[in-house]
Formats: sequence, structure tokens, C-alpha cells
Amino acid sequence: MTDTTTPLARIRNFAIIAHIDHGKSTLADRLIEECGGLEKREMKQQVLDSMDLERERGITIKAQTVRLAYTAKDGLEYQFNLMDTPGHVDFAYEVSRSLAACEGSLLVVDSTQGVEAQTLANVYQAIENDHEILCVINKVDLPAADVDRVKEQIEEVIGLDTSNAVAISAKSGIGIPELLEAIVTFLPPPKSGDADAPLKALLVDSWYDAYLGVVILVRVVDGTIRAGQKVRFMQTGATRDIDRVGMFAPKRVVIDQLGPGEMGFITAGIKEIAETKVGDTITDERRLAAEPLAGFKPSVPVVFCSLFPVDAAQFEHLRDSLGKLALNDSSFHFEAESSQALGFGFRCGFLGLLHMEIIQERLEREFDLDMIATAPSVVYRVHQTNSTMIELYNPADMPDVVKIDHIEEPWIKATILLPDEYLGGILQLCQERRGVQIELTYVGARAMLVYRLPLNEVVFDFYDRLKSISRGYASFDYTLDGYEEGDLVKMQILVNNDPVDALAMVVHRSQSERRGRMLCERLKELIPKQLFKIAIQAAIGGKVIARETVSAMRKDVTAKCYGGDISRKRKLLDKQKEGKKRMRQFGEVEIPQSAFIAALRMGDEN
Amino acid sequence: MRVQNLALAIYVHWPFCLSKCPYCDFNSHVRETVDHDRWRTGLLAELDHYADRASGRTVTSIFFGGGTPSLMEPSTAAAVIDRVAARWTMAPDVEITLEANPSSVESARFAALAVAGVNRVSLGVQALDDASLSFLGRRHNVAEAMDALAVAKRQFARTSFDLIYARPGQSVADWRAELARALEEGTEHLSVYQLTIEEGTRFATLAARGELDMPDEETQAALYETTQEVLEAAGLPAYEISNHARPGAESRHNLTYWRYGDYVGIGPGAHGRLTVDGVKLATRAHRAPEIWLDRVSAKGHGAHADVPVSMAERSDELLMMGLRLKEGVARARLRDELGADIDILLDDRKLSRLVDAGFLQLDDDRLSATAEGRQRLNAVLASLLSHK
Ligand SMILES: Nc1nc2c(ncn2[C@@H]2O[C@H](COP(=O)(O)OP(=O)(O)O)[C@@H](O)[C@H]2O)c(=O)[nH]1
Ligand SMILES: C[S@@+](CC[C@H](N)C(=O)[O-])C[C@H]1O[C@@H](n2cnc3c(N)ncnc32)[C@H](O)[C@@H]1O
Ligand code: SF4
Ligand SMILES: [Mg+2]
Repeated sequence: MTDTTTPLARIRNFAIIAHIDHGKSTLADRLIEECGGLEKREMKQQVLDSMDLERERGITIKAQTVRLAYTAKDGLEYQFNLMDTPGHVDFAYEVSRSLAACEGSLLVVDSTQGVEAQTLANVYQAIENDHEILCVINKVDLPAADVDRVKEQIEEVIGLDTSNAVAISAKSGIGIPELLEAIVTFLPPPKSGDADAPLKALLVDSWYDAYLGVVILVRVVDGTIRAGQKVRFMQTGATRDIDRVGMFAPKRVVIDQLGPGEMGFITAGIKEIAETKVGDTITDERRLAAEPLAGFKPSVPVVFCSLFPVDAAQFEHLRDSLGKLALNDSSFHFEAESSQALGFGFRCGFLGLLHMEIIQERLEREFDLDMIATAPSVVYRVHQTNSTMIELYNPADMPDVVKIDHIEEPWIKATILLPDEYLGGILQLCQERRGVQIELTYVGARAMLVYRLPLNEVVFDFYDRLKSISRGYASFDYTLDGYEEGDLVKMQILVNNDPVDALAMVVHRSQSERRGRMLCERLKELIPKQLFKIAIQAAIGGKVIARETVSAMRKDVTAKCYGGDISRKRKLLDKQKEGKKRMRQFGEVEIPQSAFIAALRMGDEN
Repeated sequence: MRVQNLALAIYVHWPFCLSKCPYCDFNSHVRETVDHDRWRTGLLAELDHYADRASGRTVTSIFFGGGTPSLMEPSTAAAVIDRVAARWTMAPDVEITLEANPSSVESARFAALAVAGVNRVSLGVQALDDASLSFLGRRHNVAEAMDALAVAKRQFARTSFDLIYARPGQSVADWRAELARALEEGTEHLSVYQLTIEEGTRFATLAARGELDMPDEETQAALYETTQEVLEAAGLPAYEISNHARPGAESRHNLTYWRYGDYVGIGPGAHGRLTVDGVKLATRAHRAPEIWLDRVSAKGHGAHADVPVSMAERSDELLMMGLRLKEGVARARLRDELGADIDILLDDRKLSRLVDAGFLQLDDDRLSATAEGRQRLNAVLASLLSHK
């Protein structure tokens, strides 16, 4: 089947969508195994999660595509292109791209858990993309499985018909043959697709491969794409010669061509992913398509933080490493910045908190960097009195108060599903974070809350609080929901009256005192006593809103006489002097950089 | 050669103890038997080695430290003292100190040690109640220590003893009473050391496991301040951070260290500072007793290679040691050692900051740490001497 393309009627392109841990990756494994994509001995768990980090943390970060050949009961061979999508909200953009390349979705729901927040978010996206949705009730091998209740929930909460739903165990293989048949029967083939029309292929994704250079994932709509063909990228205007066409089965296989409805990859001697725009339309340079495909909106970073190497000597290494990560992750942005408290580093933009965490973890693990991150922040729109607007990515760049007319901040619409007993605590949390309740409904014993919340209240320890209040039972998802004016102020932390730039933040006035007091208390614990007392203050403009004092040390002297061993004493002194090099001068005191680092680290853990 | 370089102090290390105390990280070892003849020969050989290199000096003090030098055979101490006298000029008022553990085994030797020439003894009493002594792993009780002290006072012209304070559970009131009891002994010199948890000791392990309830910073400070107050009122002011004496009764040997004078170190792990042709050399001997002894037998000394001390290091060492003394550092001493004045050697801004804050004082004659400054000397030094 490599030299001819498959007729449309025998192609099924579908995504697997689910709340995290409901079994997407395991199901993909089973389908691959069942269709003979890999021999049993080649199967390892979660075949499609290729990064160590993905397999270890059990999350899918990048969408993955694999082509399978399935011979159905009707005796015909079908081509399945399946995409395992990331479950997490931060990668909703990846999900939406994948969905645009498919006609159907398998909605996997854990029969012991039921519908969760990301189940909903993903379903809505699939519906937006006109997908046919086939419900798959997973983990029926478990004693706690309750297939009927979960079906009822799906009907009630999502309003999907579950009469075709298939109950399976992705782990043991129960129901997999039935599911394969259901895919053929209930999921639609690609809609149109004219093999003779000019080439039109959607650029679904691209990544950098050390051997092949940039690899582009495409979905052909019309025409065919083959090696040697000269193609044009309609958005960027670039032209390239295709040097390789292939597919993942799931091993990489080079083939002659891709026809209408088919998915696969191409390479065209491209060195940087920046040259490839996700959502672009690829066409034949000698037979141009009249109209490009719809494409999608570019992803924009919504959460920002600064990263500094703990050891200043690692700055260049950090720059190189960020560059390498950005090679494969077009949604990750960074630029150099410098801080008085933390030295030289980078301001980085992420799709969300998990994205941020993953990048940080990769830098630490794959590049062996020891870093410190400032508190995450969002993008504010600062409207100035001269009627210009600036987008504020870093609290340090906040214009003078007198120049500010008003500030807008991003809001989200959050869906939270949780057991009823935790409702009180979660409502209080949302209220504390300036949330506005939109909806409260019940799905059996589970409450479904829809809230509007300012994003900046969510990036600051909201997740962790949600998890701890609900003992891990609440699920959460959100979509961006516009900008709104807010009473926002820049809060600074002053040490002996000098501002510590790395600790500056934009907060809502109503939250400033709580946050300020927390930071001051934390710093008091972390700053070692010195010869002089140290005043720690949180201030807005010139007004101090919280204050702590580190009292002066009362005693610090080596009592014992080491006889003539002066060298030993001198080495101790040298060590202290060396330590001073890592200190930052604030008024007459020197604060070890490690205190700021610890203050910021504690922020992560809270 | 400058005048003060003519004076020389000699330290002799005896590395053996009957048992190892749980707080102690000195170079001390427990051995079943010690070949006293070989050790005597070794110490004398190393003395000769340094006598050749530092001839023409006047020896102002000898100090037998340890370990437990009161376990040396008196004849060994006598041989060392005689050899020093043979190779150098002895100052007429030479101070010859020996550290002793206060038990009957050792006090029995005091008479012979006095005959050998020892004229000052420093007794490791450590505490004045039996429970604390057993907590500190000492082999003596209070009664034995007092007996040993009485013998020492009869035998030696000058006697001092050591106490360790800031022990777990010790209150300011307890310590005040203990100091009062110590003062009743009427010695002219007392060394009072705050208990320090040293790496590689049994106490360090206990502390790491959270099994030592060490006093907090506030209590430590209060205990230190109490020490200053009580001993000063009794006419034994601190002349150094942990050392108190009636004026004139200070340990001359230790003053040599603090004034950064020259001294030779004999025996395993001993250190020295020797100025030869204007170059200050740091000397250091192998720490392990057996290795040292083998080296001495083979080469006549057990020292590692000398290391010249740079001018910057000399400056740090001089200030670091000198500021421990109440008298501080004379400007003349700085000029003499380093050929430069204070304003060249120190960062003016840092210095005046510490002076203004009341931690240091500077006059035409000298730089010294105030009582407040001495109590925080580590931080004062780090701040004064850090280069930026
Ligand atoms: N018992 C049981 N466990 C399953 C089943 N499917 C998946 N799991 C387990 O559920 C966890 C999450 O599965 P995974 O496929 O990584 O979920 P994903 O986050 O949706 O990709 C893993 O520990 C799987 O082994 C199933 O059918 N039965
Ligand atoms: C070389 S030591 C011991 C001399 C003698 N062997 C003895 O134990 O009495 C000199 C003094 O240092 C003090 N010392 C030793 N280790 C100490 C520690 N960890 N903390 C405080 N003082 C200590 C003790 O007071 C001890 O008497
Ligand atoms: S304190 Fe004295 S007796 Fe105890 S081990 Fe140390 S040197 Fe030996
Ligand atoms: Mg997965």
C-alpha cells in the first residue's frame, strides 16, 4: 500500500481525547498492537510518548500520529490515522490542531471516575471541529467500574448519545475488536478530497530531528504530495523541494506519496522550525491551489516568568539550552534580561503552568542546569494617560503610576468538577481569588462549577490549593475569556529600603496585603541574621503595606583556640568571604542570593 | 632581621589520650602502648631540624599541647626543654606550659614535670558538676579535678584551667554559679570555651540526629555576656575572646599566636609560622602519629613542604588573630609586618561602617574590636576583609 493511495472511503482519521489518566496512551498502545503495527516484543508501554519525561510523568505533551492498517469484518483493509492528544489544558492548542486534521474522536472516559473537567473541555473542542464522537468507556476490568452510570453521566452532562458506546479495557484488551469495528462503522471517512485537484495539505505540526532536520506532519486534503515535488508554503511564500515522504506505523517508513485524506510526514531540507508555520497550507509550486485552507490561530504564551542560573557561570549554557528547547517547541518564547538580585537570566513565555513546569524540568534534567524561576505572571494591558497601550510581560517594566490610566488583566472561564463534600472549600477559594460564579450544577454526586477568574489569581498557587482542599479529587480546566479592567498595582519588596526587582509583582489591590505579608514573613525566615538589623517591607508606590524585621545577630565568634593552626581559621574566613561574592548589597546589608532563591522556590511549593 | 622576629615560641604536640572525648576534634588518638623512647627521639630530631633553620632566636615560651601531654614521661618533657635550651637562647622569664588532664594519674607526675622545667599548667577541668563531666565523656569527677588543681597550684608557679560552657540544658543561672565556684579556686587565668559541635565528632552525630539540645543563639549570647560580666567583676577580664586573666597573668605563648609572632610547631599535626629573610612560611607536620614518627625517623622531620604566606594572607591572618585580643592590632605592628598603613590595607568604607556601628575602634595607635565586635567577630572579619 505504499505506492498507491487509499480510497477515501477506507480512511479513518481520528483523535483520542480524554481527561488525563483516563487511558489515551494505553488505548493507543492496544490499537497499535492489535493492528500489528509492532510485534509484541517491540511493544513498550506508551509507545507514542517518546520523551522520557512524558513516559515518566505519564503525560502526553506533543500530539502523536500513527498510521495503522486494519482489516475489518467486511474483508476490506482500512487505513487508520490516530492521534494521541495531550490531555492537559496547557496543550489545548496542540489538541485543537490535531482535531482540525481529523474527522472523528474517540472520547475515552474512565469507568471508575466518570466525566472530568478536561473531558468536557476536549469534547467541546471536538464538537467545534464538527467531529463525530465515539464514546469509549475504559477500565472495565476494574471492580469499581460502573459503565451504566458513566454512560448516563455522558448523556446528561455532555448530551452525547451513548448507544454506540464501546466498553473496553485498554489494559487487558477487553472490547478492543469491537472498538475497531465501531471505528469503521461509526466514524466518518474524510469528507471531500480530489486526487486530481491541485495539492492542498495542512501543515499540522513540525519538529526538529537530529538526523532529518525539520520534519513536517501533514494532512492532505486534495491532490498528492510526493518526493521530488516542488511545493510552496502559502502563508510564508517559501518554496521547497520535497526530499522525503513517509508515515509512522509507528516506526518511520518512507513511502512514495500521500493522497487525499491521508496523513504522514515530509522533509524538505528545512533547518529551523521557525520557517514552518503550523496551520499553513502546502501546495504544488507548478499547480497552485486557488485558496488556502482555514488554518488555525497561532498559539500565544499566557504565562511568563524569568529564569536565572543559580551559578552565573551557567548563563551561556542556559541560553544554548533554551534555544534547543525552542527548536522543538514553537510555543515557547524567551529573551535575555538582567536582575539586580539574581543577575543575568531570561524572561520566558509559556502556554500555561504545566508547560512552564515541563520546560523547567527539561532544562534541569536534560541540560543539567540549576535554575531559579521568579513567580509566574500574566500579560497585562497597561493603558497609559497618553492613550497608548502597552502589553506588560514583566512587572519590572511597569510604567510610573502617574502615567497609568488603567490596567486590564486576562480572565479565564474555569470548569471545576468535584465531589460535593468539598464544594464549600472550593467556593471559598474561588471567591478569595476574585472569582465570579457562572454556574453550579450537579452530575450525580459530583458538582460542576463554572467560574470566571482572573488568570493572575490562578497562576499563583491556585492549582495546588484546589488539589489540597479537594484531596486531589477536583478536576480543573479553563479557556481564556478576554481582558477586563482591574484595580491592579505593582507591589515591591524592599530590603532596607532598596527594592528587590526579582520579587516585584502585579497584584489586585485586595490581594496585596495578604501576598505582601506572606512574602515578608518568608524572607524573614530565610535571611540569616547579620551585624545589622534588616527591614523587609512590602510596598505599593510609596505606601508600606507589610513589614518584618530580621534582628541583628547577637553572637558569632569561634570560641576555641586552635593553637597555632591559623590556616584552618583562615580557610573558614576565606569561605565566608567567598560566600559574600554571592551576596547582593541592600543598603548596608548583604543578602545571600540563596535567600531570594529560597523565597521564590517556596512559592512553587505552596 | 626585624626585632620581633628574634623572639620565638615553640609548640610541642603530644597526640595521645586515654580516651576520646565526644566533642573533641583535636589531633588526639588512643593507643594501647606508646614507644616513649622513639617518640622522645623523634621530637628531639624535629627540634634540631627547626633549630638549624631558625637559629639565633630567643625562645620566650614553650607549650606542650595535645592530646594529653601530661601523659608524656616527665623525662621526655625534660629532654625537650633541655634541647631547646641547648640550641637557642632561653629568655630569662621563659614560660613553659603543659596541658594536663586533671586526674590522679597525671597529678602524680606534676612534681617531676616541675623539676623538668614546666612552670605553668593548664588543666582541662571542663565543668564543675559530675553529671556534666560524664556528659562530656571525661574520665575525672569534680573531686578529682579539685585535687589535681590543688597539686598543680603547689607545684607550678602559674596555673590555669579550662571550662566548657553552653552545654545542653545549661541556664544562665547555672553558669553564673559555676563561674563563682571556679573563681573560688583563685587562679589568675581561666579559659572558658563555648561548646562547639565539630564535624567528625560523636557530638556532631548526635546533633545531626537531633539528640543534642543545644542552646539557641539568644541563650548562647546571654551565657557569653554573663561570662564577661562575672569574670570582669572578679578582676579576670577577657584579654582574648575565650581567655581571662589578671592583668600580667596572660598566657605569653598564646599571645604570640594572637600577635602573629613567629612560632615553631613540633610533633604530629603541629603548625608553625616562621619568618625567614622577610618571607613568612607556614609549616605543617603530618597529622597521623605513626606516619609522622616514621618520617622523622627517616628524614629528621615530619613536615609537609613549607608554604609561603602571601602578603594578602598575612594581612588577613594578622587581623584575624589580632582582633581576638582586647588590645587589638597596633598600627606599628601592621606597618612592621606588612609594610603598609591601615588605610592602604583596609577598605575605608567598610572600616568606617564597622567603626560607626560600634564594632571596631580605631585610634592613632591601634585598631581593636569593641566588646560588641568581639562577640560577633566572625561576621565583623568577613565584612571587613571581603574584597569586592
Ligand atoms: N486497570 C486499568 N488501568 C488502565 C486501563 N487503561 C489505562 N490504565 C492505566 O491508567 C493510567 C493512565 O493511563 P494512560 O494511558 O497513561 O492515560 P492518559 O493520560 O490518558 O494517556 C496508567 O497507569 C494505565 O496503566 C484499563 O483499561 N484498566
Ligand atoms: C587541646 S584541648 C584539650 C587538652 C586536654 N587534653 C584536656 O582535655 O583537658 C584544649 C581545650 O579545648 C577545649 N575544647 C576542645 N574541644 C572543644 C569543643 N568542641 N568545644 C569547646 N571547647 C573545646 C577544652 O576546654 C580543652 O580543654
Ligand atoms: S579533650 Fe583532651 S582528653 Fe579529650 S580527646 Fe581531646 S585532647 Fe584528649
Ligand atoms: Mg498519555
